[in-house]
Amino acid sequence: MTSINKPPVRHPSDRRNAIGLTKADYEGGMSTLCAGCGHDSVTAALVQAFWELDLPPHRAAKMSGIGCSSKTTGYFMRQSHGFNAVHGRMPSVTTGANAANGELTYIGISGDGDSLNIGLGQMVHAIRRNVNMLYVIENNGVYGLTKGQFSAAADLGSTSRKGEVNEQAPIDPVLLALTLGATFVARSFSGDKAQLVPILKAGLSHRGFALIDVISPCVSFNDHEGSTKSYAYVRGHEVETVATDFVPLRREITMPESHEAVTTVQMHDGSRVRLHATAPGYDPTDRETAYRHARACLDRGEVATGILFIDKAGRDLHDMNRTVDTPLAHLPFDALCPGKAALDALMARYR
Amino acid sequence: MGPTNVTDPRYYHKVVDCQWACPAHTNVPQYLRLIGQGRYADSYLLNRESNVFPGILGRTCDRPCEPACRRGRIDETPVAICRMKRVAADLRGDVTDRLPTAPAEKNGKRVALIGAGPSSLTVANDLLPLGYDVTIYEKHHHPGGLMRFSIPSFRLPARVIDEECGYIIGMGAQMKYGTPVTSMRALLDEGYDAVFVGSGAPKGKELAIPGRHDAPTIHVGLDWLANVHFGHIEAIEPRVLIIGVGNTAMDCCRTAKRLGATDVKVVARRGRAQFKASPWELEDAEEEGVAILENHAPTRFIVDNGVLTGMEFEQLHWSTDTSGRQHSTVVSTTAIPCDAVILAIGQDNALPWLERDLGIAFDAQGMPIVDRATHQSTRAGVFFGGDAAWGPLNIIWAVAHGHQAAISIHLHCSGHDVSHRPAPGMTLTSAKLGMQSWSYSNDYNPSPRARMQHEELVRRFTDVSVEVELGFTPEQAAREVQRCLNCDIQTVFTDRLCIECDACVDICPTSCLTISPVRGSEDELRSHLSAPALNMDQALFASGPLPQTQRLMVKDEDVCLHCGLCAERCPTAAWDMQRFDLQFAYAGAAPGSAPLNAPEGR
Ligand SMILES: Cc1cc2nc3c(=O)[nH]c(=O)nc-3n(C[C@H](O)[C@H](O)[C@H](O)COP(=O)(O)OP(=O)(O)OC[C@H]3O[C@@H](n4cnc5c(N)ncnc54)[C@H](O)[C@@H]3O)c2cc1C
Ligand SMILES: Cc1ncc(C[n+]2csc(CCOP(=O)(O)OP(=O)(O)O)c2C)c(N)n1
Ligand code: SF4
Ligand code: SF4
Ligand code: SF4
Ligand SMILES: [Mg+2]
Repeated sequence: MTSINKPPVRHPSDRRNAIGLTKADYEGGMSTLCAGCGHDSVTAALVQAFWELDLPPHRAAKMSGIGCSSKTTGYFMRQSHGFNAVHGRMPSVTTGANAANGELTYIGISGDGDSLNIGLGQMVHAIRRNVNMLYVIENNGVYGLTKGQFSAAADLGSTSRKGEVNEQAPIDPVLLALTLGATFVARSFSGDKAQLVPILKAGLSHRGFALIDVISPCVSFNDHEGSTKSYAYVRGHEVETVATDFVPLRREITMPESHEAVTTVQMHDGSRVRLHATAPGYDPTDRETAYRHARACLDRGEVATGILFIDKAGRDLHDMNRTVDTPLAHLPFDALCPGKAALDALMARYR
Repeated sequence: MGPTNVTDPRYYHKVVDCQWACPAHTNVPQYLRLIGQGRYADSYLLNRESNVFPGILGRTCDRPCEPACRRGRIDETPVAICRMKRVAADLRGDVTDRLPTAPAEKNGKRVALIGAGPSSLTVANDLLPLGYDVTIYEKHHHPGGLMRFSIPSFRLPARVIDEECGYIIGMGAQMKYGTPVTSMRALLDEGYDAVFVGSGAPKGKELAIPGRHDAPTIHVGLDWLANVHFGHIEAIEPRVLIIGVGNTAMDCCRTAKRLGATDVKVVARRGRAQFKASPWELEDAEEEGVAILENHAPTRFIVDNGVLTGMEFEQLHWSTDTSGRQHSTVVSTTAIPCDAVILAIGQDNALPWLERDLGIAFDAQGMPIVDRATHQSTRAGVFFGGDAAWGPLNIIWAVAHGHQAAISIHLHCSGHDVSHRPAPGMTLTSAKLGMQSWSYSNDYNPSPRARMQHEELVRRFTDVSVEVELGFTPEQAAREVQRCLNCDIQTVFTDRLCIECDACVDICPTSCLTISPVRGSEDELRSHLSAPALNMDQALFASGPLPQTQRLMVKDEDVCLHCGLCAERCPTAAWDMQRFDLQFAYAGAAPGSAPLNAPEGR
């Protein structure tokens, strides 16, 4: 909580984007999270990414469950749609929303507890269905909101603030997503916006489920010595495996072309994502190498970051179900509800 | 860029834009907060410490603080700093028992001050409490100098001058009224331990063009205003031209309006952008029906049988050459009919009573050679200040000079080197009261600048002494206080506490903060921040290396709102909001150990 709202004054150099909005137009209510919470930095990175992408707020839907992380949808894009679901149920609510209206940009914000504990069964099916959405896990290794119990993301041997040791193996969302056939898998760190913002932009431009596991330290319950999700630990163990350069449509490439290890992926909207792998032989379009690398990093206690895997050929929910592109709300009534004769014909097929 | 040295009081002092720009370094934000709390007497006394004449300056100051005010960079109009002094003065009640006093026991040192204008009075104000025997020689019969006999009483009532000069004189200055110093040699022979020349620049400039002395209705502004003040002149002819467009011209034209002139024109050589008068003075004059003509150069007076009938002008066109210099070409010649002319084209120093063989050296322009820091002339023990030192300035500069001269006189009289000036100090006190509560109001008030209430036009012309500005109401004042951004509540950073969570960077509404890798130069840094630091007059703060990544915390001071959100969002209190109090040195402070050359903020 802050004592005041953000004063409505901006830097003199503050600019408007292509749709006439300032960065402040992408902000939301004042955060009530603890001072220094990583989640607030992720919010700031999202605001930056939305602004840079000229995203119209009224064409977006902010989806979340329960947790400090899930609260953050209140802190950005105050003029968009949103749904705050029951704990862990955000993926299925988003799946339903997307089925009914595939034209909105879905921004799912979850926590490690929300996604990997209570909501694990939900998240895996959204991945399998390749629901077209940005899915951000603000991963702090604990249940922040309920005062710091270990979550399923807590690493073996890491300790709680009071010194208790975690003895259960972690669920790594990156490995999990890769095994489930996810089409966009990335990891980043709330304390590194230079890396996080382009990844968010790439995720928002990806057609399909874009999973970004963002290590986002809980300053109140998991930023101590013995934690593997603290600011200091992540800074000491981060290995940037793939560097990302997001090149919007009609914009020049800034990453030097000469790099042999650069993979360029053309996104659906015409933008390009240029990926430069630092590990020798790493190919971010090859699921096998991505899996092996992420696994090895986990074993070494390293935090592999970057867009670790991308497959833009994947078919999304609508492709697989052969559903209409038009949002249901916009279908003419007789197409949406073709009448008794059509229903009878359908039923006849199952007799 | 290495770590910024914030132990030098100049760093935080410069952040307080108004206090830095004020020649006397008045603690503006603190006096405004005191007004906000209804503590008018405290606010008045705080003002008085540095600027000595809050009631006078609250009506007349040239207010160099206002163009500097940070608020002006945020929503265009600065805080009404100057007129808030008047609020404190108007509402202060009786403060006489809280004013400085002179000790019964004197220190045995005798000083003579020439002139009873603001510069001399400031010297007296600072030296009397130290036990000095102070004698003031004044040509006229009242104290105040130009404040009294040049500044018209519709801007500055005599009672305000009486009160504030009285506070000083009441400490026991020996006033020799009606006693012009006619020989410096004779004065020096009286064996004073130090002499201060605060006699002002009392001679109005002449305009040597044909016809100047051919008619009785051509006046020199400075003398004319004084004559009005002394009651020697009570009326003026209907059509009046004022030559010049400085502050004196503004007072002349408005005074002429009050003495019966119906058609008053101020005529300037240059275009409006070059006018010396303050914009608010021009506004007031135009509101009173004074016409202002640009680009007219006077060539001659048109006098018919000893009667002034008009003046001839060349109409000029100004152009700027490649080196930025302005050149004029004559477009045409015009005559403007008039019955009287007042010349207001500047002032000259006149020290005819100061013999040139006393070891007090003068430069080629006939100005005394005076040290900028110590105010000492080339003769030890003789000091200059106010308009007499470097030509006409204004009241607040006269006060600032007085303080510095008093320091020098005290150093001189106690056997110290006058260049070993006492250094300013500072205190920093955390403004934190609780988790998210501060000892100042940190919220931003979007209110526009308070509008001064003015006396009705018809009432103004009934008497020269009807004060035009009515002052702010307490309600207006309370709101205006809220417009102040509290620049003295500094953002103070402790490197070793920072965990680089970015919370402060993210929350800052005006993108002041950046956690940056070390860069080669300040210029490079300025263009690689959260927002470009384009205002080169404003400092960048850079921390030492941060513990986790060795990057630096960088702050561009330019548009910081002092809202305290960075400190509220910081989990480790690496940022704190702390009240900076400049301990400006006055006479009596311990001398410095080495010469201190650059006076603060000039
Ligand atoms: C028309 C006009 C309007 C102005 N308006 C403003 C304004 O609004 N705001 C502002 O800040 N400034 C204004 N000023 C300027 C300001 O008044 C002066 O800068 C300031 O008063 C200078 O103070 P001082 O102490 O140097 O000398 P002065 O105020 O000039 O005082 C000098 C004193 O010394 C006396 N004196 C001179 N010679 C002798 C001698 N030989 N022996 C004894 N006594 C002597 C004089 O009688 C006088 O009393 C204005 C000036 C003029 C002319
Ligand atoms: C059905 C249900 N079970 C349990 C809870 C209690 N609960 C609230 S938040 C939370 C965990 C949140 O953890 P995470 O998603 O990691 O969010 P964080 O606060 O760490 O950001 C739990 C268990 C709940 N609100 N609802
Ligand atoms: S408890 Fe932890 S996760 Fe929740 S707001 Fe505080 S720091 Fe953030
Ligand atoms: S006080 Fe802090 S948050 Fe507020 S404007 Fe200044 S630097 Fe930014
Ligand atoms: S909020 Fe505090 S700890 Fe975090 S980066 Fe800013 S100064 Fe450092
Ligand atoms: Mg969590």
